[in-house]
Amino acid sequence: MAEHSKSIPVQHIIGFVLSIVLTLLAAWAALGSNLPVKWIIAGILTLAVIQAGIQLFMFMHMTESESRNGHVPWNMMFHGFVLAAIIVAGSLFTMSWGFDHHPGKDDMGTHQEEEQQHGGH
Amino acid sequence: MRLDEFFVTGEPLIYAGMVSIALVTSAALFLLTYFKKWGWLWREWLTTVDHKKIGIMYILAALAMLFRGGVDALMMRVQLAFPDMNFLDAQHYDEIFTTHGTVMIIFMAMPFLIGLMNIIVPLQIGARDFAFPYVNALSFWSFMFGAMLFNISFVIGGSPDAGWTSYTPLAGAAMSPGPGQNFYLLGLQLSGIGTLATGINLMVTILKMRAPGMKLFQMPIFTWSTLVTCFIIVFAFPILTVALALMTIDRIFGSQFFTLTGEGLPMMWANLFWMWGHPEVYIVILPAFGIFSEVIATFAKKRLFGYNAMVWSMILIAGLSFLVWVHHFFTMGAGAFVNSVFSISTMLIAVPTGVKIFNWLATLYKAKIKFSVAMMWALAFIPSFVIGGVTGVMLGMAAADYQFHNSYFLVAHFHYVLIAGTVFACFAGLVFWYPKMFGHKLNERLGKWSFWFFVIGFHVCFFPQYFLGLDGMPRRIFITNIAEWLPLNIISTVGAFGMGAGFAIFVFNIYYSYRYSEREKTGDSWDGRTLEWATPTPVPYYNFATVPYVDKYDAFLAMKEKGETTYDEERLEPIHMPSYTGQPFIMMGFLFIASFALVFEWIPLAILGLAGGLIMMIVRSFDYDEGYYVEVDEIKRIERKARGL
Amino acid sequence: MSAHELKTGPLEYRTQEGQMSIMGFWIFLAAEIVLFSTLFATYAVLFGRTVDAPTPGHLFEPGIVLVMTFLLLTSSFTCGIAVHQMRKGSVKALIIWMVITLALGAGFLGFEIYEFVHYVHEGATMQSSAFWSAFFTLTGTHGLHVTLGIGWAVLLLIQIAKRGLTPVTSRKMFIISLYWHFLDVVWIFIFTSVYLIGMVV
Repeated sequence: MAEHSKSIPVQHIIGFVLSIVLTLLAAWAALGSNLPVKWIIAGILTLAVIQAGIQLFMFMHMTESESRNGHVPWNMMFHGFVLAAIIVAGSLFTMSWGFDHHPGKDDMGTHQEEEQQHGGH
Repeated sequence: MRLDEFFVTGEPLIYAGMVSIALVTSAALFLLTYFKKWGWLWREWLTTVDHKKIGIMYILAALAMLFRGGVDALMMRVQLAFPDMNFLDAQHYDEIFTTHGTVMIIFMAMPFLIGLMNIIVPLQIGARDFAFPYVNALSFWSFMFGAMLFNISFVIGGSPDAGWTSYTPLAGAAMSPGPGQNFYLLGLQLSGIGTLATGINLMVTILKMRAPGMKLFQMPIFTWSTLVTCFIIVFAFPILTVALALMTIDRIFGSQFFTLTGEGLPMMWANLFWMWGHPEVYIVILPAFGIFSEVIATFAKKRLFGYNAMVWSMILIAGLSFLVWVHHFFTMGAGAFVNSVFSISTMLIAVPTGVKIFNWLATLYKAKIKFSVAMMWALAFIPSFVIGGVTGVMLGMAAADYQFHNSYFLVAHFHYVLIAGTVFACFAGLVFWYPKMFGHKLNERLGKWSFWFFVIGFHVCFFPQYFLGLDGMPRRIFITNIAEWLPLNIISTVGAFGMGAGFAIFVFNIYYSYRYSEREKTGDSWDGRTLEWATPTPVPYYNFATVPYVDKYDAFLAMKEKGETTYDEERLEPIHMPSYTGQPFIMMGFLFIASFALVFEWIPLAILGLAGGLIMMIVRSFDYDEGYYVEVDEIKRIERKARGL
Repeated sequence: MSAHELKTGPLEYRTQEGQMSIMGFWIFLAAEIVLFSTLFATYAVLFGRTVDAPTPGHLFEPGIVLVMTFLLLTSSFTCGIAVHQMRKGSVKALIIWMVITLALGAGFLGFEIYEFVHYVHEGATMQSSAFWSAFFTLTGTHGLHVTLGIGWAVLLLIQIAKRGLTPVTSRKMFIISLYWHFLDVVWIFIFTSVYLIGMVV
């Protein structure tokens, strides 16, 4: 109820400022910095997860007690994100990277190299 | 488009199908008109939001689909036993194994189980309806229209013929032109919407509408299995939605996801399909486990052994079901590391499943078992399912799978788990809850005949198929006149007809029992243990006049000991109920038109249909109908009559 | 179906019906996460399969993408303020903030359509290659969600203007705010893993 009666939505403003800062940080990391590509990817994905958390907890009232939903929303959202990770990482694991384990033995290895070249433009 | 391209021509079996469809339809229309039943049909069924009526419609549709899929199966078996008779040609055979698989999984197994859940789950937790009765009606009509769309394909436009898995590139526009494959995509898409909605609906119902006092770990086990199933539905069905949409876009709008041109990746379809498809098999097996648990506990007259272990093993199975999908395509050529990971996760599933098997056996141990028909189905399930499960572990070993893959060994395996698991459970559940649904039991004598025909037929049909597989017979072929295969194929066909006879007796039993069975008076037909048996039979439309307070597992057993009922005149209050509405039927009717138009790629008509659906959603948004109240006097009148007070 | 109504707390949670609808919508959003992640997975697997069409590194422009991102982030913020005003009981402020939200959303859509037209002009179409099919489907699905959200919110604002704040209308408003924030979550991931990574790799 505390937030409910406040006239200035402090939480929202903090969340908004944070999300702008994080977006700019990610853009800088990707476009302005000279970090190695793998680091950039890992870094900006982490920033994205933090931003998603800001939306969920500061904007979407996921944990507010008035809802009387108990643990259900965050439980389902948590599993949703776990599943998202399984689907994306699992697909890459089986469909893209899974062929790496016998490079050079057949044409799979060269195919992989081609793919990397395509991405490198 | 010319008319002879629109209708399927040149195939005597399909002409016969057309004639019978025309005859049945005109007979139904005639009877409805003659007995002036159109108003009744609309008011009582097409507009209903009552979970019990919707459940009955689900089960009727599922039985019809079981018949259709079963006829497909018998036609395949005839062809395989008499390969020289030219009963089916290659094209027709391909279409039939495709529709058989799709119909049985999507339009038979799921709706049958969802129908039972519809009727039983609210009763088991002491609720008066679903959380969202309107959405429940929407779900049913989306399934029904989806099923109809898929089924008309065999007379209009031609059936899909790329297998129920519809692997690309075979199922792509280049190699399967024409509407057949589109029927598959849009039929599944349309019914998939409903399944997802049902998953959410039941989940909220179970989480928020339980009787006061009932904790999660005091819920009946069938309700638990439903909750876990809904969890899988919510997380698996969006994957299917996307996979189907991508292939639809490929086929109709020329994109390159699964094509061989444009650097598409055909195996990505298999990847997405099985990411949904593996959880899907648990969607149809977990409720079956729930049904068997209820039946076994009731007829062993014992508390279910290891309730907590049963629940946790279901949760574990649900989690693992999302981690094993690659075992369906070990032979794709992914590296040994990928295959090893999925091989191990696959075998892990055997552990919680084994826990469940032992718990059922422990429940039966030293019990005074009553061999009713429902119990016999449950008892037949245990050993049959174990055979299916053990061969499943064999298939799960990636190296060995290179031998088994796409052979009849696989066919035998999944029929052993799906029939001995899901179909036996559907029969067990229907027999068990039939008196609650219709007010009279199914005849036990006829029930036993149908049981023995079906179960013996099942083993005679599918056990030889393991050996056919080991002898190298691949699935999905229609010429089998190789001397080593022929005898086993003939045996298998005999078994299939045994199952057909069992099903026919089952259906006859429905008619026979309707005519001659004794009517139920108590509502508690089998000395039940859970709340659904606490209601009078037939169940009043508001289910519970007064909702009991629950603080124990096997809540009704405790109530009977204390002499309580669900009718306490002191505590009566007006009951709030939702109004019936025709909106769900009309909305899904529009989406049916849109889907049908998309099948034939008539884009303007598809847009019109979609617009109609959207308008119905807007109508719904502005609809502030709040339902009505059942007055206390009305409740008293109904309950006194039902309870004979 | 309970008729019991709480006397305190936000309006949208006061009836059991309201609580159930909000819970159901959360579960729906969990399903939406899976829906979008499947599209992301498809995009990731098909990454780099451009054939003769231009590569993403060639076409993506940081400027326009950042503008779109800020439009959507701001709209998510203003939507949050709208719900804040709703809980204070101010219908007028709620409507004003929601109209700002929808205007920002429409601006986002405008830029997205401009972007799509530009790409198609450069020869990167849905049909040109697997990568571009995946790109257009992923971003297009998000754009379609935004479009539907705008239409849905307009219908809702009409209802709120007509009926004021009741447990039913505030429940509906709260649910659409969840939907709108969620679309922002999805966009954050599109921004990061499609645009930024597309420009880096």
